[in-house]
Amino acid sequence: MKTFAELNFSGRLIAVEGLDGSGKSTQIYLLKRWLEAEGIKVYFSEWNSSELVKSATSKGKKRELLTPTTFSLIHATDFADRYERHLLPLLRAGYIVLCDRYVFTAFARDVTRGCPPDWVRGLYGFAALPDITFFFKTDLEVSLNRILEGRPKLKFFEAGMDLRLSSDPYESFRIFQGRILEQYIAMTDEFKFVVMDANENVEKQQVLFRKLVSEKIDLKKFKRRSPLPLPPAIPGTNKTQEVEGDLAAA
Amino acid sequence: MKNSETAANGHRRFYGHGIPHVKCGDLAGKLIVVEGADGSGRSTQIARLVDWLETSGHATVQVGLKRSTLVSSELEKAQEGNILSRTTLSLFYATDFADQLDNIILPALKAGFIVLADRYIYTLMARDLVRGMDEAWLKNLYGIALVPDAVFYLSVEPQELVQRNLSKNATLDYWESGMDLGMSRDMFDSFVKYQTAMQSAFRKLQKTYGFTIVDANRPVGSITKELRKKIRVLLAEK
Repeated sequence: MKTFAELNFSGRLIAVEGLDGSGKSTQIYLLKRWLEAEGIKVYFSEWNSSELVKSATSKGKKRELLTPTTFSLIHATDFADRYERHLLPLLRAGYIVLCDRYVFTAFARDVTRGCPPDWVRGLYGFAALPDITFFFKTDLEVSLNRILEGRPKLKFFEAGMDLRLSSDPYESFRIFQGRILEQYIAMTDEFKFVVMDANENVEKQQVLFRKLVSEKIDLKKFKRRSPLPLPPAIPGTNKTQEVEGDLAAA
Repeated sequence: MKNSETAANGHRRFYGHGIPHVKCGDLAGKLIVVEGADGSGRSTQIARLVDWLETSGHATVQVGLKRSTLVSSELEKAQEGNILSRTTLSLFYATDFADQLDNIILPALKAGFIVLADRYIYTLMARDLVRGMDEAWLKNLYGIALVPDAVFYLSVEPQELVQRNLSKNATLDYWESGMDLGMSRDMFDSFVKYQTAMQSAFRKLQKTYGFTIVDANRPVGSITKELRKKIRVLLAEK
């Protein structure tokens, strides 16, 4: 597997990985805000978000129809749709693409569910590797506390209930997350993850995150020809509005 | 490793890693696959086999492409709009197959049923090969599949297929004509070209997967006779 830079794409892909509650989504959101403010062509893509596959995935999850194999395949389908229709064209067009979770999420989860590691890796063989992958590593207790503090209602698959680890969703979630963390740690060297100390406070992490990104990627190459107005933040969500079209081209 | 034509009991296995937590030894039934293009007489033959098998006291279950609870309607919708790229479509079909394998085929075999599959992974692989997908990637993907006890490929000349499809529906199916490939704007031409390409993909797969090619240019009755004869032998093996 090669990175997008090695494959001579003009864009670059940055992925963040880590457990639920590791703070990676906050960090990549803040990174996106910064890159936008710098006038850089940036696109953000989330795991499990393809419109086409969504209804099948949510039906499978709601009705608890998924087996380890179909769980793996339906997520690979979702990923392929986003990869071929969004990520590839944007990377050809010289965008910085930010991915909240990438193939490593599948590697970690599916293997934990019992799928053979080389089968899962083979499934995603069509995808290039990120140019940088940040692994937001927390102590298991820290990320568990962040998620479980409010005693949220855990969903069946999210808690790994299909693995029959425990009949208590919270206990199941703990064991499941622990196993996923082991998988991430085991992949760290193989895929050259940049390990971030996600026990640190938000601001400190973001300063380091931005520094590392600008050291590894020559960001000025990815600037728009003329700046776009900053998209407004939507209050209460972690998302910015997409501004349609490149004004410079108009 | 060249694999055997059938997986007689005791030699039951998956093509690759198979399905997590499933043991082949528990699968007492038989898996019989009928492959072939639309118009090759697949459904007719399967209906006749089901009649015959059930009359003889065998319990049967039928599976086929795009019949899963999980994704069949979504897959149908996506195909209508023709908006999925090839890898996505390929994985969507694989999900549909895996759902039926996990939830219908394997449990039915465990219960000693005869499972009749109206097409199996070979059609899916042939379609993808014609669309330029990587063979090694496909082999890994379908390593989840169980090796059937018998696979019959109903082979019909493309020129004959086109006649049968037109006399049945008075129209050719977009996908069965391979219109997404842009081989020809003319649907008739495209159908013949696409089905010819599919047949050579099947011949290629036949070398690896060793299925039985049945000459289906013949009358329905003689084909049924040949299939019954072969299945009878299979059922006698215990």
